[in-house]
Amino acid sequence: MNRVSFFFKEALRSIGRNPIPSFAALMAVLITVLVLGVFIPAVQLANGAADDVRSRVQVSVFMDKKATKADVARVEQRLQRTEHVKSVKFVSKEQALAEQKKQNPEAYALLGKMNPLPDTFRITPDSAGDTNSLLASLMPKGTSGKGAPFDAAIGEVKASKSETNKIVKITGAVKLSIGALALLLIVASILLISNTIRLSLFSRRREVEVMKLVGATDSFIRWPFVIEGLILGAMGGAVAIAMLALAKVTILSQLEGIATLISRPDMIAFGPLIGLLVLASIGVSAAGSGLSLRRFLRV
Amino acid sequence: MIEFRGVTKAYDNTTAGVHDATFTVHRGEFLFLVGQTGAGKSTLMKLLLKEMEPDSGVIRVAGRDLSEITHKKVPYYRRNLGVVFQDFKLLPNRTVYDNVAYALQVTGASRKQIRRQVPDILRLTGLSTKLHNYPHQLSGGEQQRVSVARAFVNHPPLLLADEPTGNLDPDTTIGIMQLLYRINKAGTTVVVATHDEGMVNRMRRRVIELQGGQIVRDEVAGGYGRDSESTAEFGALMRGEPSPTPQRLRQPSEADLFDDAFAD
Repeated sequence: MNRVSFFFKEALRSIGRNPIPSFAALMAVLITVLVLGVFIPAVQLANGAADDVRSRVQVSVFMDKKATKADVARVEQRLQRTEHVKSVKFVSKEQALAEQKKQNPEAYALLGKMNPLPDTFRITPDSAGDTNSLLASLMPKGTSGKGAPFDAAIGEVKASKSETNKIVKITGAVKLSIGALALLLIVASILLISNTIRLSLFSRRREVEVMKLVGATDSFIRWPFVIEGLILGAMGGAVAIAMLALAKVTILSQLEGIATLISRPDMIAFGPLIGLLVLASIGVSAAGSGLSLRRFLRV
Repeated sequence: MIEFRGVTKAYDNTTAGVHDATFTVHRGEFLFLVGQTGAGKSTLMKLLLKEMEPDSGVIRVAGRDLSEITHKKVPYYRRNLGVVFQDFKLLPNRTVYDNVAYALQVTGASRKQIRRQVPDILRLTGLSTKLHNYPHQLSGGEQQRVSVARAFVNHPPLLLADEPTGNLDPDTTIGIMQLLYRINKAGTTVVVATHDEGMVNRMRRRVIELQGGQIVRDEVAGGYGRDSESTAEFGALMRGEPSPTPQRLRQPSEADLFDDAFAD
């Protein structure tokens, strides 16, 4: 206990006596946490948006107009068992007509009581990438080499193929580039912090040398440095998180009203994000100063 | 206390650090290492501090073979040594008091012990009024006193001083040497490296002279009796005065008042 309080006092003394390097270290942590704190939600949002778009990719199975109820039941059972099917939604002719009437009342008013629409299954695939293999299993290739629906009662299987491919490709590219950017930013932040730590330690290597000559063990020298990093990291992280919270309240909450801008604000998990940032800022600076010191301890 | 046997340390092919050094220093001795810059004095000091390892030969301190001390144990070994350097090597961000206290803190000394020992040693080195000053607020002589106080606060059996007066003017030099002499009288073995041969010759202590890494001279006290002078007489010797003055003409300094505190 005596030791711990001594190390804490040493760390605080060191911060107080080296205000400029301490401030630099604090700013490095603060900036890093700010960048991460803005970027991680941005990644989550982009991913959420991409997933949202991908989840809209659907395969429609139109039944033959003459299909009976038994046919529909049989096909539905078969669909449920097919691979890559996440959910199957049955839309009866009547429902389909009602839907369409709502969208385009004038056109359907002309049709009168006639219903040109077939019963339909709307299938959501496991993931957008599986759409093509799902299509293949719904329309197995016969001897002729052309795909035909697996059941005679099915009129048509349709997925806007080119559109699906485009969506899959674009959202994939968006995810990849955002991931790469995030990685770059994280590497840059780590370099920034480790450089700041190294600089402030370098200016104190003489001090470390003297401590060693007086007979201080490595851990006796290291602990105050680690605690110093811990305190500065916690302070930088706390300030950055406070700023982020302020930004969330003032900016993000305004944007939430505009639904199209941020399609899924719920994708941002603020609790875990703050936890992660606190852990990262404290852990990185404490471990960073402890590890960087190792070079100077070899006397 | 110190035993060197056939110790060689070379930096590279051209510069010899120390070549085949063999000598013994007994408990309670006061030894001067003299020689020009680059003669190998600092190398000897660094070997004794286990800052570097010899290429060959055996170094024993207090009966312990230094090569057997593992890297982890080096700090504990160093606590048995007091070290004083030409550039003082004080911690710039600490007060005089804290600099001295640090040497005790590393050993895990209790707060009570520190509160008792530090003021004592600072009084003995004449620094009682400077407790809360930072090193940059002190003169060179005062800084060196702090450094000596730090070196001696653990009461180590061996004290090494590498050019302790190299940066100091002659008067201050005498003060520091008197301090070291008193520490020696209290039973600590003292080794002083210096290139000030004139001072060494006046002091009539054991001298080992190095030249290009070789020991070229090893004179034990030059035929004079040892430990016979008081600190004042010692100081007179240092000043090169012909005979020690039995009566003090000046006001006794604070350091002189505590003269006897070290004599057992």
